[in-house]
Amino acid sequence: MIEALLFMLSIGVVCGAVLSIASKVFYVYEDPRISEIEGLTAAANCGGCGYTGCGAAAAAVVEGEAAPSVCVVAGTEAAIGIAAVMGLDPGTAEPLKSINECLGGNRADDKFTYMGIPSCRGMDALYGGKRVCSVGCIGFGDCVKACKFDAICIASNGYPEIDESKCVGCGACETACPKNIIQVKTMSERLLHFNQEDDALAPCRQTCPAEIDIPQYIRQIKNHDYAGAVNTIRERNPFLLSCGRVCPHPCEDVCRRGVEDEAVSINQLKRFAADYEMNSGQHLPISCAPDTGKRVAVIGGGPAGLSCAYFLRRLGHSVMLFDMMPRLGGMIRYGIPEYRLPKKVLEWEIDGILNLGIETRTNVKLGEDFDLSSLVAAGYDAIFLGIGAWKDYSLRIDGENLDGCYTGIDFLTTFATTQQGDGNKHIPIGCKCVVIGGGNTAIDCVRTLVRLGAEEVTIVYRRTRKEMPANRVEIEAAEHEGVKFHFLAAPNRVMGDENGKATGLEYLKMELGEPDDSGRRRPVPIEGSETVLDIDMLITAIGQGPDIAFKEKEEGRRFADLQTTRWDTIDSADPETLQTNIPYIFTCGDAATGASLVVEGIGGGRRAARSIHLYLTGQPVKPVPNSIFERNIPGTIFDSVEGIHQKPRARMPEMPVAERIKTFEEADLVLQEKDALKESERCLDCCRICYNKDAA
Amino acid sequence: MGYFELIIACIFVNNILLAQFLGNCPFLGTSKKMETAMGMSMAVIFVMVLAGAITWIVYTYILVRYDLVYLRTIAFIVVIASLVQFVEMFLKKSIPALYAGLGIFLPLITTNCAVMGACVLNVDKEYTFVQALVASFAYAVGFGLALVLFAGVRERILLARVPKPLQDTSIGLVTAGIIALAFYTFKGMV
Repeated sequence: MIEALLFMLSIGVVCGAVLSIASKVFYVYEDPRISEIEGLTAAANCGGCGYTGCGAAAAAVVEGEAAPSVCVVAGTEAAIGIAAVMGLDPGTAEPLKSINECLGGNRADDKFTYMGIPSCRGMDALYGGKRVCSVGCIGFGDCVKACKFDAICIASNGYPEIDESKCVGCGACETACPKNIIQVKTMSERLLHFNQEDDALAPCRQTCPAEIDIPQYIRQIKNHDYAGAVNTIRERNPFLLSCGRVCPHPCEDVCRRGVEDEAVSINQLKRFAADYEMNSGQHLPISCAPDTGKRVAVIGGGPAGLSCAYFLRRLGHSVMLFDMMPRLGGMIRYGIPEYRLPKKVLEWEIDGILNLGIETRTNVKLGEDFDLSSLVAAGYDAIFLGIGAWKDYSLRIDGENLDGCYTGIDFLTTFATTQQGDGNKHIPIGCKCVVIGGGNTAIDCVRTLVRLGAEEVTIVYRRTRKEMPANRVEIEAAEHEGVKFHFLAAPNRVMGDENGKATGLEYLKMELGEPDDSGRRRPVPIEGSETVLDIDMLITAIGQGPDIAFKEKEEGRRFADLQTTRWDTIDSADPETLQTNIPYIFTCGDAATGASLVVEGIGGGRRAARSIHLYLTGQPVKPVPNSIFERNIPGTIFDSVEGIHQKPRARMPEMPVAERIKTFEEADLVLQEKDALKESERCLDCCRICYNKDAA
Repeated sequence: MGYFELIIACIFVNNILLAQFLGNCPFLGTSKKMETAMGMSMAVIFVMVLAGAITWIVYTYILVRYDLVYLRTIAFIVVIASLVQFVEMFLKKSIPALYAGLGIFLPLITTNCAVMGACVLNVDKEYTFVQALVASFAYAVGFGLALVLFAGVRERILLARVPKPLQDTSIGLVTAGIIALAFYTFKGMV
């Protein structure tokens, strides 16, 4: 017993002595902050930060080689703690997240049979992989092996799936992937990505002015992930409810299914997803980057301004939105009638955007209540001009100012303001109403007149139906609602009675001549063909341009230099950067392009947000490299597509004509869930050169 | 028994991980990545040889001589733990490169049962000092071999579609069992 005690005692003494001496002899001076910082890291020794272990990372922080946010696992609190140890500012680092960019390709043909080791890198060395698709995922999971946080697995569809809650953004997967499919980016980088020539893009996604990832959201709908679809759309377009209703969907014109069959009803699927969110009664959460402390003034609360404000806010800038009307929405509130886009839907959508923390000032007009100088004086770092196109062009004919004559935008705006209870200017509706023009504004006017009880509504257009710029479906709907069309008729003068009231419209008959600049055949008047049409109300809707009256007030001041074009649009030297000649003023939407599509303004809003972000962060404002702005990737628009079995497209449910002409309730209805799911099955899952023909 | 047979016996027949089932913790814990498994194997070789030597000395010259064999377990634990600490300090000062490579694995095996087991087996089988050294080295090589093999298999399992209830450690244990069965074929060779 005694021996045992003595033995243990002596062994303890010896070990203790040896270790004590060793501690002294082998002492290495280490900055005490290193161990302090090491204690604050996750102590996972994961290597995610790029250093060999937490100790090495801590040493790097002390030596000033690494930032306090070096630990990718421990998160913000640790970064703040480390910064406190070092006496530094933790910085507002935005978390990086990994994302799988490959959308398809598993059905692309195989080039050869592969029996080698199951490694993406290995297979990639052989002719770039075994599949015909040059961008597709190989699927051996080099990214899975590279991930030290178990955040990636190969999902049942054979593609890597990333668990965002586990991903720390270390970038190991990105390095491991030989195909550049896995990319590690911050949310801001994702929001600011624009289509590039070497991206894998389906034709619809290339063509959409907002660049929405269409195949992705259709796939999500197919998988019943409606919330996911909403989020996918919202990465590019905050107006999904509105666009789902009013967008003329240029994407569907290039749909590959449309080459052999009817195009996929992309826009109705968007509306289905959007309505799903609205009907759930809850706005899905939208994340924003940490605040940057920069302030931007956005002038114009229309789709362009709101879209720009939405993206700027998500990038972390604070935004103040100014609008001249009592409520936000711009042309989509005041120009698009209730039956196409109900105000309560719009209200819900705008609320969702403003909830991000965007401040607003309504009922203030640029040039009257404030001007550009006052914004500079108020300390805004950048200004966005999205003032839209609110000034109607006039016919420049005799008698167009007679009683009973109105202009398109003015008519629609006045009516919408009164309808929403913000004004009480009632326009007397005539019995025989004539609308001049062939665009969407003209159609909106006639359909509104029909609903207001006008007995006879006629459109007078100087070309033919084929040349009408209005949406095809809108023209048809107007026709169903009983609107008459007078084609090839050019108004000559408006005749009035002794009280100054319009009573007739004299027009000249026309015939089509040679095509003009826009490719449409130019109408030529036929001599002596004057005809008179009985009217008691006339609306001119022959186009509209921006109202740049504010510029006159800038005369002699520095903003007088702001360049405008001869169409009164604000001139951005490069339509891709949307920066004006005054570097901190940006523009887009109708104000820059003249009256155009809603989705054009939304896409432009994001483009302008990118330029403003670059400007505010001190980077050169340059267009996207290899951009495919307003064009397609060469060779991706096919003349024929093989192996398609025809399947009819989902029909849009509509309110019956007899009912809808009496009411301003929404005329077009949303798809039923089962129809939407069926429609989503029609998508070919186009990537760049591969498409899923089996599922078609 | 010659050294050759001793080495074969320690690496394959009596493999410390797959035949003796010692050191299961690092076997499952550090075998998810090949890189980690390699680092761990190197650290084990380093520590096991040192521990084998020093415990043999402690056992033969102190415990046996003073009739204190019943204190073997506790004495070995103290000695091995102190040794690893000492080595860590020594490496940090003198061979920083080696420390950087083995650094994070050394504390992990301070009181690893594979190290302890190898030391105990050495004295149980009454090896001479040289035999004990060779056996410790061979046990450690066997440990490394099994760990690296297992890590290779596990890296591939990551890519397989494993049913949910069997994922991760469960499939790891099943795999370990199958590899152990394979090692069972060495039984009776030496």
